[in-house]
Amino acid sequence: MREKRLILLGFLVSYAALGAGALFGMLQVLERVPGVKLVSSETYYTALTAHGVLMALVFTTFFIMSLATYVVLRELGMRQTFSPGMSTLAYALVTLGTLMAALPILTGRASVLYTFYPPMKASPLFYIGATVLVVGTWVFGANLLLTVRQWRRSGNSGVKLPLGVFGVVSTLIIWYIATIGVAAEMLLQLIPWSLGLVDRVDPLLARNLFWYFGHPLVYFWLLPAYIVWYTVLPRMLGVRVFSDFLARVVFVLFILFSTPVGYHHQFMDPGISTEWKFLHTITTFAVFLPSMITAFTVTATMEMGARLRGGRGLLGWIRALPWGDPAFSAIALAMVFFAFGGAGGAVNAGNNLNYVVHNTAWVPGHLHLTVGSAVALTFMGVSYLLLPALTGRRLHSRRMAQVQVALWGAGMLLFSGAMHILGVLGSPRRTYDVTFGGHPATQGWTPLLVAAAAGGVLLLLSVLLFLYNVGRTLRGAPAGEEQEAQEQVRQPSPAGAPGLVDNLGLFTAIALLLVLVAYTLPTLDILSLGSPGAPPVPMD
Amino acid sequence: MNRYERAWLIFAVLMVAAFLGIIAYFNFAAGLKPPHDVEVIDPLRVSQDPRFSQPRVEEVEPGKRYNIYMVARMWSYYPREIQVPRGAEVRFYITSPDVQHGFQVVGTNVQANVIPGYVTVIDARFEKPGEYLIVCNEYCGRGHHFMRAKLRVTEGY
Repeated sequence: MREKRLILLGFLVSYAALGAGALFGMLQVLERVPGVKLVSSETYYTALTAHGVLMALVFTTFFIMSLATYVVLRELGMRQTFSPGMSTLAYALVTLGTLMAALPILTGRASVLYTFYPPMKASPLFYIGATVLVVGTWVFGANLLLTVRQWRRSGNSGVKLPLGVFGVVSTLIIWYIATIGVAAEMLLQLIPWSLGLVDRVDPLLARNLFWYFGHPLVYFWLLPAYIVWYTVLPRMLGVRVFSDFLARVVFVLFILFSTPVGYHHQFMDPGISTEWKFLHTITTFAVFLPSMITAFTVTATMEMGARLRGGRGLLGWIRALPWGDPAFSAIALAMVFFAFGGAGGAVNAGNNLNYVVHNTAWVPGHLHLTVGSAVALTFMGVSYLLLPALTGRRLHSRRMAQVQVALWGAGMLLFSGAMHILGVLGSPRRTYDVTFGGHPATQGWTPLLVAAAAGGVLLLLSVLLFLYNVGRTLRGAPAGEEQEAQEQVRQPSPAGAPGLVDNLGLFTAIALLLVLVAYTLPTLDILSLGSPGAPPVPMD
Repeated sequence: MNRYERAWLIFAVLMVAAFLGIIAYFNFAAGLKPPHDVEVIDPLRVSQDPRFSQPRVEEVEPGKRYNIYMVARMWSYYPREIQVPRGAEVRFYITSPDVQHGFQVVGTNVQANVIPGYVTVIDARFEKPGEYLIVCNEYCGRGHHFMRAKLRVTEGY
């Protein structure tokens, strides 16, 4: 594989972001414990912005770029992408964008959090850097799509895409549709406004564009984890995925329903009518279905694998799963967390249940189960396979990896559990100090804030252990594990001709239509209200 | 398709349908709607609007209906203390002259976003007397954690 070094470099950058992000994360949970004051509120919000950007944008994007490139090359049996030059350019642009945005963030001139709602204004460099990062991902996506086309043209025109590649293409389709929103927000609103070229922007329109992007963004994170669940997990167990067809249906449903759902982040906003909010409630619940199908398919796949290994009984087969393998236990735990994340998500999605939890600690509790566990733990778990595959070196310590997974599980249970309860009790998210002058309403919060902090410490320890293990693996002795590890991440070529479900062009067209239905009229509504907009309030 | 798989799918579809049915009922029949008003205002002229030049509790119908005109700004609410009798119909009108804010009455389901350029309207009724804490739950700068107010719900009028 010619792009091995680039792929590996992408993983390493993502791990660096994970490490720094985890440090900032622990700072926040400690700071929120009543009586503990480690840093000023300015520093807290700088760290909060850095945590969000590093974890949600840098860690995920670099990891996903490398994972997707690897999956496409392995599953199509190709030696390089369409253009290794384009690949390099993409990584360079994403790195450049990251550095451009990191500079103002770390110097406290962009403490606007990763949602950067105007009229808080960050340094223009922050918005420009974020835009460069997105442009880099477009180059990356184009190169992978061209790679798939090249494969098609070299004698594979009548063949189904391998499932992993099908998943990658679906992820890219979602990404291209989603990033239209953030590109519009940056280019039409925030960049000219932050440079002083226009006086005002409409913050509601900005939220509208941001969440048009912000929710499908979570599927850009989640679908690569699904790709691992659908392709790597069966290989680890020595079986085929329970239903290749339904796995494809899942990806198609995500293409259709990931974008026209953004208003479930804006239920509490003025300026958007009940009817539009309710329409987005319906589409949001529609996204529940592919995850329900996934729950069945991956459980059935695991059961097949376990019975093959001699597992018996109604539930006794669970014990026959390869729990001693850290890659497996990480992925299995990620799926368990995701089930709880999905249940909590149904609360967020409820048009009239949402106001119990909106903007409370419940929300970070929820997203640490989804992106922070389903995605992050899957990425760490699959790293234990990918690193040996890419470097030809033996994983430094399986035991350490097992402890790492267990620490993540315990830490997340404490952190996320406490945050969910805090949210229901009304404790707000994203707040430096939640004692509010010792108001009686906040008194029950203290033990939970302590529990969340303890969880945060365990999570940081888990990340440190992961990084240490990765570092030692890279400098460790070569071993003959490469072949075996590579086999585990390679799905056998599918048989049969493409069916209706493989017609991704058709489903992209339907998805765009749904987006138009869900967004055109309410966006025109917002424009027709004619709010004069708001001038910038500098945060730098 | 495997029969267990089919059964699971039917269960999933029915569950989602039931959830949506319940949400629709409370939204359209029981009137439990999130904010949806569409009034705009110039954030630089908030102090020239008679409702917000003097943020206050307005008694529309003694003991029964109250309008509360509130300004949320970095990093305080005006008025800072509100008093209404239990069971009264309370309508909040809130706007911001600077950045986005949140408005959340802790321990209730009364909350909304406050967005400069718009007037947020929330209808509420408080059945339990006592002192409630109002907090800003949308990050609004380094003093965000100072932003709070008190709501006193009295036993009777």
